[in-house]
Amino acid sequence: MSDEKQLKGASKAKPKRPKIPRQAMPEQDPHVRAKNFDSVTLGYTDEQAIAEATRCLQCKKPFCIQGCPVSINIPGFIQAIKDRDYAKAVQVIKETNLLPAVCGRVCPQEEQCENRCILGKKQEPVAIGRLERFVADYEAAHGESPLPELPSKTGKKVAVVGAGPGGLTVAGDLIRKGHDVTVFEALHKAGGVLVYGIPEFRLPKAIVEREVDYLKKLGVVFKMNHVIGKIRTIDQLMKEDGFDAVFIGSGAGLPWFMDIPGENLNGVFSANEYLTRNNLMKAFDFPNYDTPIKRFKNVAVIGGGNVAMDSVRTALRLGADNAYIVYRRGREEMPARKEEVDHAEHEGVQFKNLTAPVRILGNEDGWVTGLECLKMELGEPDASGRRRPIPIEGSEFVLDMDAVIIAIGTSANPLIGQTTPDLKLSRRGYIEVENETTGRSSKKGVFAGGDIVTGAATVILAMGAGRNAANAIQQYLETGEWWTPNGDGEK
Amino acid sequence: MYEILEKKVWQEEKPRITEFKVNAPEIARAHQAGQFVILIVDENGERIPLTIADKDAEKGTINILFQEVGKSTICLGKLEVGEKIHHVTGPLGKPTHVEKFGTVVCVGGGIGIAPVHPIAKAMKDAGNKVISILGSRSKDLLIYEDKMNAASSEVRVTTDDGTYGRHGFVTDELKAMIEEEKIPIDLVVVIGPPIMMKFVCKVTEPHKIKTFASLNTIMVDGTGMCGACRVTVGGKTKFVCVDGPEFDGHQVDFEEMMMRQKQYLTEEKIAVERCGKGACHQG
Repeated sequence: MSDEKQLKGASKAKPKRPKIPRQAMPEQDPHVRAKNFDSVTLGYTDEQAIAEATRCLQCKKPFCIQGCPVSINIPGFIQAIKDRDYAKAVQVIKETNLLPAVCGRVCPQEEQCENRCILGKKQEPVAIGRLERFVADYEAAHGESPLPELPSKTGKKVAVVGAGPGGLTVAGDLIRKGHDVTVFEALHKAGGVLVYGIPEFRLPKAIVEREVDYLKKLGVVFKMNHVIGKIRTIDQLMKEDGFDAVFIGSGAGLPWFMDIPGENLNGVFSANEYLTRNNLMKAFDFPNYDTPIKRFKNVAVIGGGNVAMDSVRTALRLGADNAYIVYRRGREEMPARKEEVDHAEHEGVQFKNLTAPVRILGNEDGWVTGLECLKMELGEPDASGRRRPIPIEGSEFVLDMDAVIIAIGTSANPLIGQTTPDLKLSRRGYIEVENETTGRSSKKGVFAGGDIVTGAATVILAMGAGRNAANAIQQYLETGEWWTPNGDGEK
Repeated sequence: MYEILEKKVWQEEKPRITEFKVNAPEIARAHQAGQFVILIVDENGERIPLTIADKDAEKGTINILFQEVGKSTICLGKLEVGEKIHHVTGPLGKPTHVEKFGTVVCVGGGIGIAPVHPIAKAMKDAGNKVISILGSRSKDLLIYEDKMNAASSEVRVTTDDGTYGRHGFVTDELKAMIEEEKIPIDLVVVIGPPIMMKFVCKVTEPHKIKTFASLNTIMVDGTGMCGACRVTVGGKTKFVCVDGPEFDGHQVDFEEMMMRQKQYLTEEKIAVERCGKGACHQG
């Protein structure tokens, strides 16, 4: 009956598509998941994925692709899902993105591909990210698709510094061009922020391991526990070890602190320390794992980004009765993904917005007891385009607290800059590149991308930088052409 | 990689002091005096910093020496020749600033003598007159005396119980050198328990003798990412792993550092108790 109605409608002047709502993502009950480290979201069923894929208009000029930093053929893989050819969908994505299970989970799709989706103008955009994850999870459950055929070896050697999302992308792209690729990683596990920063409940580590294994099968060599700048310098890699090009994707460096009294009290952590203990070192499972983490009852996390949300939700899962976000602007201005903020709220995180910390209070033994804050109001937009927070005089108040986690960003890691004198750095220590579409540094044969160039950003932007650098490295290896900052090409 | 080639137990009585010679050619080749490694004993292990006590760049080996006080060092000490340490990362930290200062006094307390050894050696090689002061609780606990003799122009020993050398602390010897013997000292390098480093700095400060203290704080990654190792130096927050491990001892806030060292005492106790029940080498 309803089919008939639809057909009738279709025969009229303008064919009207069936209105299928954007498929919701099944997730763990917020009260349950706030106590465990299992995945928050559970992934689409086949039916949900196909229903969602059916919503795609298969635009002739797909704007979604333009919104993707690695230019995935989005309509292509969605069509394959609609055709129930999931294996093909995997292939289509993997042409441009070797980490779909990661991107399907942690990319800010709402600002990228989904933001450009035509459907989004009148209704909700296609859930591209959730479909990407569906495809990747299908692959994981049904065994990997066959390895792509690799071209014959070029004899060129590329060193990749850092096994984070940027470095893994460069490695994947260049091994498929026939070059020998060695990835040097400072930590004992590959993945960078994917393993030390993003919690298990948002990105299971087994997924990252699988993606890294795939690169190993393609022939990428991983050298763990190698801190470049210490065990080898960039010059040694190029002059003594015979690498023809180097990509530096060493990531975020030292955490920023606020420079307020009490910051070195016991119970004050950088988000990096707190998350690394818990994610990379599995401190949530202490004493089965040796790395300890404190289970505090009242925890304040300073900041409003994704890292702050990851930290506060971790604190809840470690048993906090009160887990707060203390953020100096409003909820609208938070840099975190809306989905993450919503998830945090549903789990019981308390938001102290328009609140700026001014002092951390401690007891005689040196442990945190409280956080003194100041109320803020929003004024005119500042350089970041967001409304500037202005302190309200005399509005000081104290929150009782056992721990304060600071998640306000990181600075550039100094190790490579210190030992590579001819590598041009910005005033703040970031590596300067010609532009982000090539990633060429001031040093011949050396490319850079990700957080060490841009400062803390997202996984997908680092991957986009890796993709661009891989193209530029390929061109350099083929032609030997370089550039100099004054514009003269150097051969 | 990271195979244990030699094992020497310096002191059986608890806490046991053990030294390993470990196969780590790339680290041995790159290492400079003052640098350290981070190691993980087994797959479930934590990352712990240990200073390199000696090396043989040609044979590709490094020596690490440790006191078995926490779970990780106890498990480490159970490893035998032929077994492997899962992960060793290094060399980390800034190398010691070595030049010809004149007379350099190297002060090592307890197992702090081991990490002071490569520094004394480097200072001597740079043409300095190196006088070393080695302090230990008693004669049986004194380590590296021979190596320090080779690396120094002169070695002086103090023991807390008077069983060997001067009866007293390293600070007594240092004070006597400065105030009674009037030895002109251009630089003091000190490694040992924080309280000892603090008092050594207190001895040299009024005489304006430059003093490097090598700090061993809590660390996780050790590569400048986590900030666990932060310490206040001259009123500013510094990171031991990338700004150090050596700092101007007169500027270090030792009280804060000692307070921060105690953060995980409760957890360490739990881990050690479990370890006593044979829970080493899981996974």
